This record gives sequence, structure tokens and C-alpha cells, in this order.
Amino acid sequence: MLQFVTMLDVSAIKKEFPIFERRVNGNPLVYLDSASTTQKPKVVLDALVEYYSTMNANIHRGVHTLSEEATAAYEGVRAKVARFVGAREPAEIIFTRNATEALNLVAYTWGEKNIRAGDEIAVSELEHHSNLVTWQELCRRKGAVLRVIPLTSDADEGESSRRAATNNVDSGAQDGAVLGDGNLDVSRLDEFITPKCKLVAVTQMSNVLGTVTPVEEIIASAHKVGAVVVVDGAQGVPHLGADVQKMDCDFFAFSAHKMFGPTGVGVLYGKREHLEKMPPFLFGGEMVKEVDQMKAEWNDLPWKFEAGTPNIADVIAFGKALDFVDGLGFERIRAHDQELVTYARQKLSDFDGVTVYGPAVSGGIVSFTVAGVHPHDVASILNEAGVAVRAGHHCAQPLMQRLHVPATTRMSFSVYNDFADVDSACEALKNVYKIFKF
Amino acid sequence: MDLYGEIILDHFQHPHHHGRLDHATLSGRDSNPLCGDQIQLDIMANAEGTITDVGFAGQGCAISQASASMLTDELIGKSLFEAAQMSNEDIFQLLGVPISPARVKCALLGLATLKKTITLDKLRMS
Repeated sequence: MLQFVTMLDVSAIKKEFPIFERRVNGNPLVYLDSASTTQKPKVVLDALVEYYSTMNANIHRGVHTLSEEATAAYEGVRAKVARFVGAREPAEIIFTRNATEALNLVAYTWGEKNIRAGDEIAVSELEHHSNLVTWQELCRRKGAVLRVIPLTSDADEGESSRRAATNNVDSGAQDGAVLGDGNLDVSRLDEFITPKCKLVAVTQMSNVLGTVTPVEEIIASAHKVGAVVVVDGAQGVPHLGADVQKMDCDFFAFSAHKMFGPTGVGVLYGKREHLEKMPPFLFGGEMVKEVDQMKAEWNDLPWKFEAGTPNIADVIAFGKALDFVDGLGFERIRAHDQELVTYARQKLSDFDGVTVYGPAVSGGIVSFTVAGVHPHDVASILNEAGVAVRAGHHCAQPLMQRLHVPATTRMSFSVYNDFADVDSACEALKNVYKIFKF
Repeated sequence: MDLYGEIILDHFQHPHHHGRLDHATLSGRDSNPLCGDQIQLDIMANAEGTITDVGFAGQGCAISQASASMLTDELIGKSLFEAAQMSNEDIFQLLGVPISPARVKCALLGLATLKKTITLDKLRMS
């Protein structure tokens, strides 16, 4: 058995997640779908129960003890998030429902105010629909032009592309382009981030290929032409962390549920200079300072952007998830991810007809196809063995078109995964070959 | 496992009535955006409205392609009206194995395509 060199004590970590006590189809759960959502440690679950059992109250508006305690706990997590991403102050942290809502907040406030007909918005070819459709629609509303920073095209990778094309489920359109190493072509940034560009929206890490994008280089290119940059950190933050000041992004969006927190909490970081000039996103209680019958004055940052009662319990529980991640450390998480990716790619290379997509160095994701078998069938057969993987287009249909596949099967790793989980997946993958009689 | 029994796999690997028809009376197409499965269906009917030939083409998972293949066997000899009345339950009976909620859309894609192929508007025109 291989030993981890990263010193993450996976068996101890796994014990902190109650869900691993359950069985699926008679087998212990092997959870390889953390890019969709991670499992939750007991400390996070306990925090939810504790909040509702001991301090449930609405925040920012009560003088009673419970409200004071709940407010302090909620705002305490805001301060914690600010430290976690390296914001200058907690007021630069806005809680939303999820990363998608955070991105839409930027589109509907900053975007509505600043984008004009003929302006350009640049995205990358790796984007999740949340960081693509949002900007497509802003372009449509404003008559702006969407530019797409492409992946590298590398003839050396033609072999995997051809192998994929022989797969009988892969008869999609072939435009002749071959997939490179799954990295963005940074040598061509100037072509796509032009002086007309007002906004660049780019992912920190691909949810399909695990590609870690050169965000700092992209941000520098964008700032050179005066464009504002939104980084979609939903996939990246749980694996890489973030330092928004070092990165110098203007906005940074992510979701709690992909990093051991509850669902229903997203975060938008924005530079104060932008947030102050932006109009509110949603209107109602909490986001106002003074209201008379005919008009209202907006509240200070960050509450200007948090209309209505927020998701108090889940934000407070998210604080425990941040502590959990802090305790592990991103250097160790990153090394752990890479060990699993390298191991999985090596194990998959033993299977005839398996094509692995994306760079060999990636943030804990391995996407693959089996020639002649649709990814949904692969995932169904793995599920019989208790192995949870994602099959589909991963909310990244344009990237699927670029890869010339309708879908892929994706293993995605987190801190509770070990080599045995990869072994279980590969054992189950043998059943695919047995059933389809290759 | 039950889902991938001999019959379903045989239909997937050797689909019946596979390929497009040149002079179809009615043609239709549907897809499942979730997984990218696609079916194209061609139906040939005589003057009495009886289906005389069927062809289908598509790509996708074993469940979607096998259920479409099984469906084509059922269509020949039926009237267009009868074909359009086929139900989800008919498809589940053809497949003969429990279909989990996640795979229901795959299983019913062929039927959905059939329903888009035989519509009242098209019947009036044909």
C-alpha cells in the first residue's frame, strides 16, 4: 500500500464525517464527487443544531440576548471569511446564497452600471455555466461582445483526441481543433483582453479538468487595459485557498458547500472602491438605513447587499468549516490532491479505451471517458459498488464541445479520500468492462 | 446488476431499426440536456395511417438507446394514433427492470421523441 507523504491523516479525517458510516448498495460509501459538493464534518453539523438550540434569533435588529449573540456569531464569521481570503476588512465580504448568486450580483449591479454597447467581456473556455451564462446575458442586455480565452491547442495531444473520437458515443461535431494540455493559452491573452475589454470573468480552477488557471497573469493583463476582474473561486478555494490582495482581483466569488460548509451560503468579496459605487442588488429590509414613504437611503457596506433575513444558521456553521480547513492547511491539501490525481491517472491508464482529460497537475479532479460506454452508464455501474462519481457535462457544455465528448465521468477528491477509494473506483470500473463485454 | 441485463445490452449494442429513413412520413428529434443523449426518429406510414417502417439514430447511454430500440419494435403495425398514445408505463414494461429516478429521463427519451414526432399538427398535414 502506498503511503501518503503529505501527512494528512485521512483515516482520522474520515472519522470526522458522519456520512462515511453509511453504506450504499451494501458497500461502504466511496465519495468521489466533492467537486459537486463536499461532505460535512460533524463540527459543522453540530454548529447548526447548536445555533437553533441555543441562540436562534434574527440578527441586527434585536436588543435581546439571543439576537446579540446570533449577530455576533454571524458577523464573526464574516470577519473570519475576510481573514480567510485576505480581504482588507470584513465590509468587503458579502454573504449570498451561493457562488452563482455572487456572480449575478456583480452582473446586475456593477455590470448594469458600467457595461455599454460595444464593450467587451472576456471569459475563458473553462468556465462553469454560472460564470458564462451570467456574462452572455449581460452582453445581450447591453449589446456588449463576449470574448473567450481559449485552451492551448497542442498537436502532441492529438492521440487522446483521436481515441476519444473513436468512441461510438462521441459522434459529436468535430471542428478539427485538438485539445492541448487543458491549460489556458496565456500567450494569447492580448488577443482576447483588448482595450475594449471592461470585465474579465475567469475561474480559479476548472470543475471539469481540475486545471488551475494563471489568475494573477490574467488579472495583470486585465488591469493593464483598465478592465475589472471577477474570479470564480467556487472550485478553486477548497483546494488552493485564496489571497485576494495578492491576486489583486476586483471580485471573488465562492460557495460554502464546496468546502465542508452547509448549502445555501455563498460569498462575494469585492474591493470597497467598487462596492461603494455599485447600486444594491436586492431591495427590502436590512439593506436600508432610512426609509420614508417615497424613497430610501441604502445601508453601509456590506449590508447594502444583504436584503432580508440572511442564512444565519448556515453562515455560522460555515465558520466551523473554515476552522476545519485552516487546521489542515492548503499546502498539505494541495499535495494530497495531487497524489490522488497522479495515482488515479496511473490506475486508469491500465484500462483499454479510457481517455483521461485535462492536465496531469490538477486540483483534485480526474475526468475520463470509456470508449463505447456513456458516462452515465459508467456512473450507474460504479454506484452499484457504492462509488459516487459525477457523470455529465458538469455545467460546462462549451468545454464538452471543445473536448468532442457529450459528457465525461469525473472523480473529484477531497481530504477524506485515500488511495483505497481510487482502488475501489477502479475495481468497480472493471464491472463496466464485464457488463459491456469488452 | 439488473439495469444492464442481457436484453438491454443487446438492444444497445445491436439496435433494431437503426439508421435514418430516406422518405419518412414523419420525423422528429429530441435530446436530454442533462447528459447529451439524442434521438432522431423517422416514421413511415401508409395511407391508412398504419406505421410500416421506423428508423432511429442517436447517441447516448445504454438505457436511452436500448429503450428507443425496443420502442421501434413496438411501433410497426400500430396506427399513428395508437403510437402517439403510448405511455411511460409501456416503456418501463418493455425495459422490464426497475429504473432509478436518475435514469428515468434516459429511459423515456425515445418515447419523448415519438411524442414530438407524431403531433396533431403533423398528422393533419400528412
